[in-house]
Amino acid sequence: MKFGIVSFPGSNCDDDAVFAATETLGQPAVKLWHKSHDLEGSDVVILPGGFSYGDYLRAGAIARFSPIMREVAAHAERGAPVIGICNGFQIACEAGLLPGALMRNAGLQFLSMPVTIRVEQTGTHWTSQCREGQCLTMPIAHGEGRYTVDAATLERVEGEGLVVFRYVGANGEATDAANPNGSLDNIAGVRNTAGNVVGLMPHPERALDPLLGSADGRVLFESVLATVHA
Amino acid sequence: MTATPRPGDPAITPALVAEHGLTADEFERLRSMLGREPTFTELGIISALWSEHCSYKHSRPVLKTLPTEAPYVLQGPGENAGVISIGDGLAVAFKIESHNHPSAVEPYQGAATGVGGILRDVFTMGARPIAMLNSLRFGSLDTPRVRYLVGGVVKGIGDYGNCVGIPTVAGDVMFDAAYEGNPLVNAMCVGLLREEDLIRAKAEGVGNPIIAVGARTGRDGIHGASFASEDLSEENEAKRPRVQVGDPFTEKLLLEASLELITSGHIVAIQDMGAAGLTSSSAEMAERGEVGVTIDTLKVPQREQGMTPYEILLSESQERMLVVARQGHEDAVKKILAKWDLTAEVIGEVIAEPVYRVTEGDHVVAEFPGVRLVTDCPQYHPEAREAPEAAVRRAQDVHAVAEKPEEADPAWTLERLLECPTIASKRWITTQYDSTVRTNTVLGPGDGDAAVIRIRGTSKAIALKTDCNGRYVFLDPRVGGRIAVAEAARNVACVGARPMAITNCLNFGNPKKPDVFFQFREAVFGMGDACRALGTPVTGGNVSLYNENPQGAVYPTPVIGMVGLIDDVRHVTRAPFAAEGHTIVLLGDNTAELGGSEYLAWIHGVVAGAPPACDLDGEKRLIDALLAAIGGGHVASAHDCSEGGLAVALAECCMAREARPLGAQVDLSAWSALPLRALLFGEAQGRVVLSTTRAALVLEIAKRHGVPAAIIGTVRSASAGLVITVGSRVLRAETARLSRAFHEALPRAMQRAAAEAVDRDPALAGGTR
Repeated sequence: MKFGIVSFPGSNCDDDAVFAATETLGQPAVKLWHKSHDLEGSDVVILPGGFSYGDYLRAGAIARFSPIMREVAAHAERGAPVIGICNGFQIACEAGLLPGALMRNAGLQFLSMPVTIRVEQTGTHWTSQCREGQCLTMPIAHGEGRYTVDAATLERVEGEGLVVFRYVGANGEATDAANPNGSLDNIAGVRNTAGNVVGLMPHPERALDPLLGSADGRVLFESVLATVHA
Repeated sequence: MTATPRPGDPAITPALVAEHGLTADEFERLRSMLGREPTFTELGIISALWSEHCSYKHSRPVLKTLPTEAPYVLQGPGENAGVISIGDGLAVAFKIESHNHPSAVEPYQGAATGVGGILRDVFTMGARPIAMLNSLRFGSLDTPRVRYLVGGVVKGIGDYGNCVGIPTVAGDVMFDAAYEGNPLVNAMCVGLLREEDLIRAKAEGVGNPIIAVGARTGRDGIHGASFASEDLSEENEAKRPRVQVGDPFTEKLLLEASLELITSGHIVAIQDMGAAGLTSSSAEMAERGEVGVTIDTLKVPQREQGMTPYEILLSESQERMLVVARQGHEDAVKKILAKWDLTAEVIGEVIAEPVYRVTEGDHVVAEFPGVRLVTDCPQYHPEAREAPEAAVRRAQDVHAVAEKPEEADPAWTLERLLECPTIASKRWITTQYDSTVRTNTVLGPGDGDAAVIRIRGTSKAIALKTDCNGRYVFLDPRVGGRIAVAEAARNVACVGARPMAITNCLNFGNPKKPDVFFQFREAVFGMGDACRALGTPVTGGNVSLYNENPQGAVYPTPVIGMVGLIDDVRHVTRAPFAAEGHTIVLLGDNTAELGGSEYLAWIHGVVAGAPPACDLDGEKRLIDALLAAIGGGHVASAHDCSEGGLAVALAECCMAREARPLGAQVDLSAWSALPLRALLFGEAQGRVVLSTTRAALVLEIAKRHGVPAAIIGTVRSASAGLVITVGSRVLRAETARLSRAFHEALPRAMQRAAAEAVDRDPALAGGTR
């Protein structure tokens, strides 16, 4: 299964995503240049983290207009798997692939730390191998990760089970204390209705090796492998 | 050809010369080098190149005494960064640099551009940056100004490094009134390269084009190098426009484009346009290559209209590089830059005639005779004399300092020390730095005594740490210089790494003051002693002088950036205790020393006494013993004793990892003859607290290496707390209380800063951008 990792100018987690596909999963991977119009036969698309175009405007607001994003949208429309991680999540929201938006962290500071997230939905391409309620530890590293939506959309997001991950404490409870950035309802990640597109602020590609503190991110990549092969 | 003034150039008057920081003697030197009156442009060029920052005119003779060689050193001092081999055909490039004065007047941009500059120094060697560190010194956190500086500097470092995508993994931060008004902001970058990709900044090949790459040149930062070479004063607020503005997004593009250029084979040399911009980069490349260069300022891509050659040459606009390409490869270079949406313009060429020539179109505005521009720089051997009061301070009997009544309970003292910002957890700072990007961070901030970055595709890892206790250097420069190196070495050894080499950033006051130059000379001698004893050569660094505030010089602060090598990444060792039941062993010995301690400064406001002795042979044996024990897989945790002494080290081992607190039962009765506060809080060097399940083996290894070692206790559960028995005296503290003191001190202080920011700008209260 071929992974396509989009490199925007300012992407800085694209190499890490390539390593996730190649070293961890043993799958081929190709970097897709933002000016390209070709996914080069990728079965899976990763929108990686970073600061696309510097993110001097709203994060992801410029990247969504990159030529490659039309192909990514068409890929998603076909029901093929797409994941947006951190800046990739912000871009996916800006591009309308996912509901909601990411605002500046409530504490107004960039936050780099391990967090625990709870899997709320296993019916997605990226969580099919998880248990519902499973807790995963992985790093966050963002300044604009405060998930928000308007009240009507929130009702739909919660009602249709589009919330995939929530920030939780050690006991698995979604408390205020466990919410690092002030996200609405502790939302750490969401999916589209079809479940092939998932976005999240934490970095599963940084949690693939116990040597680096956690291997909890593997299950997301193993899920997409299982879903596409099935 | 000879240079002639341009229309509109100001007349060269003694006042103008003085304004450019040149002494009358230096101006005479310039005139005799040229054999005529200099033009205004030439005066500008010389003021930058002969500034302390660029020329090292006061420091060079002393720096030459430092050891710089080892079989694995591929590049020593004199290049953009030092480089050492780590085997497997791989090498590590690293360098530390200061951005103190810009950060004092504009903390956010000052710190950010410091990060940007040091990144460029590393990737111009052909290395991909893999880690950042920073060493920060601030005044007392009790003042709003200092809290503002801390907030701005930390955000500046974070925003820049986070955006470029280089993990910031370690450093050191200390607070002392001595740094009031003149904070120290030293940034270190470490990069990884294949040995065959190493490239040097040496202009070569007559006829080769010189190309300006990256951002356009504007009027920002003009005379930044000279600004860094004078004392800070109230008037410096007016020099705020000299501070450059950083753009990390362009830096990221420049990084990728530069690495692509270097591996493409189209270029022969590349250098950052850093301090003194185009002037310094072009002159230094020409000097290294022993060739001439000619540059036409009209061809330099400009951001603003009507810039004069003087402005273009001295601009310190950020994110620019100077490249010497192979003749005929200009278009290939431009194509690579265009891919990254960056410009590249040919602005000059390498010439056989040994001159440094600048033209504005056809008009020669500056011309110097060849390499003498750099090599003829004045050199000074200033007078060095210790201030009499320094000797008095050192001789003071600090054991006579009366204890406070609260100190009857040593747990009180321990808690106060854990709250001291220099000792307290720096998590408020480090969580603002992305420490995990690039997915190689084995130990990040606060995990161990040094950071550990694995080398992908090998079993190896490197350990990184910055260190310097300026108070020790202030009290005894020679001993302080030794300790700075020894502590950095001990820290990388605690995580399991063999200390390999250092870079240094020498932050001192005005070298024209004999007592300051004494501090400088002796500290460098001390560093040299330690580097020789520990086998860690100096591969480069930076000198920052004129760090003064109206009260005088800051503490002399030679910051050491140490790189260590770990052969087997499985043996990486953390600082906090690992599990209940493990045996606690102390390597090294306790002493009655109390001088120069954080205890005296924080609890009593006393900065006096001799700093702890530094036995370099003992340090070497300690490192060898520690590495043998760790390499044998016998060590569960290792933490050195530094500020706050043994009691603070033990407390940190219990609760530095907040999510997994532990306790400890410790018996120090073997040392009950020592003054209690010296035993608990004194800062005797050469000590490491480790925990193990194989204490007998560890003691055996220590004995073999001639290192004192003793079992001092057992790791307990958190509920047992920390209990230290010394004969009839007992220190008993709840782990939770110690943890609160340690972890909450900095956030509490900085919350005040947030409130103050809202007072200044009520819009911030809304939580919007």
